[in-house]
Amino acid sequence: MGLMSLTAIQLGNKIKSGEVSVSEAAEAALNDINKVEGTINSYVTVLSEDDIKKRAKEVQEGIKNGIYTGPLAGVPVAIKDNMCTEGILTTCSSKILNNFVPTYTAEAVLNLNKAGAVIIGKTNMDEFAMGSTTETSYYGATRNPWNTEHVPGGSSGGTCTAVAAEECSFALGSDTGGSIRQPCSFCGVTGIKPTYGTVSRYGLIAYGSSLDQIGPVAKDVADCAAILETIASYDPKDSTSVKRDDYDFTSALVDDVKGMRIGIPKEYFGDGLNEEVKTAIFKVVDVLKEKGAVVSEFDLGLVTYAIPAYYVIASAEASSNLARFDGVKYGYRAEEYNGLHNMLKKTRSEGFGPEVKRRIMLGSFVLSSGYYDAYYIKALRTKALIKREFDKAFENYDVIIAPASPDTAPKLGESLSDPIKMYLGDIYTISANLAGLPGITVPCGTDSKGLPIGVQMLGDCFSEKKIIQTAYSYEQSREYVRCSICE
Amino acid sequence: MANVISDETIEYVGILAKLELSDAEKEQAKKDMGSMLDYIDKLGELDTSDVEPMSHVFPVNNVFREDVVVNGDDSANILSNAPEEKDGSFVVPKTFD
Repeated sequence: MGLMSLTAIQLGNKIKSGEVSVSEAAEAALNDINKVEGTINSYVTVLSEDDIKKRAKEVQEGIKNGIYTGPLAGVPVAIKDNMCTEGILTTCSSKILNNFVPTYTAEAVLNLNKAGAVIIGKTNMDEFAMGSTTETSYYGATRNPWNTEHVPGGSSGGTCTAVAAEECSFALGSDTGGSIRQPCSFCGVTGIKPTYGTVSRYGLIAYGSSLDQIGPVAKDVADCAAILETIASYDPKDSTSVKRDDYDFTSALVDDVKGMRIGIPKEYFGDGLNEEVKTAIFKVVDVLKEKGAVVSEFDLGLVTYAIPAYYVIASAEASSNLARFDGVKYGYRAEEYNGLHNMLKKTRSEGFGPEVKRRIMLGSFVLSSGYYDAYYIKALRTKALIKREFDKAFENYDVIIAPASPDTAPKLGESLSDPIKMYLGDIYTISANLAGLPGITVPCGTDSKGLPIGVQMLGDCFSEKKIIQTAYSYEQSREYVRCSICE
Repeated sequence: MANVISDETIEYVGILAKLELSDAEKEQAKKDMGSMLDYIDKLGELDTSDVEPMSHVFPVNNVFREDVVVNGDDSANILSNAPEEKDGSFVVPKTFD
């Protein structure tokens, strides 16, 4: 087993003690990339060996001089390709950004750099994070390392496969409607979507600004807590950034759920949920009960209204956010055109893929005069009702347990033909974004096809520690399972 | 399908979205948008008359700061990403004769 089979914290400790050098860790990541990348396609860009070595040397010096003292110093990380990285191609997996080299670095990534992490590359995703399978990328689909005929989920598909296939030590993803929690479930890794406002969105290429959050993906809960502690910060450059009282997420790594009140929303376990997934989730509940958690079922209303509300809000925000791609300031410009307006139209029509166009069209429609109140404002009112439902639930519960997806990973090519069916797959994850809640996905087994199943735990806003503690306690009952491609 | 999207609507949305769709794309967009709106119409079942629209989950206020420049002049780097630039400016196609 190579160095990439270790958790980020384990590897960080070995680097700190001098047992492993920063260069050796980076080389191990590059070796594993060479081994599997041709099959999996986790990355849009892998940095050059020279650049990585230069950075590794710099970090090694920094560790020696006491500049980098945190747990992630020298540890190789992969970054989802919708976060700006100074001097490194950032495509959002779109043709329209096929040549975009940012002049600044996203705040969350900057926080990792300050902690001495070593960036290895930029991971593949659904174009502009719009999709649930990582098949809408302009740079080719990413494959699930557990079974390459299946999708890894999305939109942070490459982020999750890079961790699962050991092509990095840990990675950053982003979650607008489940884009961290669902692919983590499909790939057998752990990820957190923090409370809205916890991690700065500065430098994250916006999709649905009121829903987007950056979060960690890693092999276990302890890694995710340590990474979140590193990337979370109050940032005046993001006007929705929240100044939190406490960023000490690793203090919640305690194996104790005695008296923890856990709610099971009945509506999340009804029709449409795969029986094997259901059984696996209830096994998690049994483990937590055994450890002293107090579990009961409850009615969470409005579940079926979350998806339509989400697609109105996300598409509306996307149509506005993506107006900046015009072939003037950066990115792709159509080669042939006739005047300014024709250039804008042709650039966008040639630069965006079908799913992105579909959502820009829908968003433009629901924001247009005559429809604005009926669709957009109605969706915002629904969002308020959904938030109210969760507020009520969290009066009685510390943690809500649910599946991350109705099924395990589908085969490539099965999802894109029917958009509504694909959107329905987001039913268990979307509400957390509408209500701003933190959520974590932890692996909890495999189905009869050998594909991973993940359990999702949701907490009230600013209650990351409760879900981290519950997830950590559950995790103690189970060994991390590597996918066979790593052997 | 309850929502039938007309050619005029798709044409109009295309103008708002600054997208030029081929005839085949237009037909597909009419179908997709129609079925999406059928699905979204489900929201009509909810009585939201006494609910304020919520754009953000937390109360957000304007964030003010002193009008002081903190970043340096990065124009050369920024312009290097432009498809076309000249004399420190972005170049766009002619907009009028």
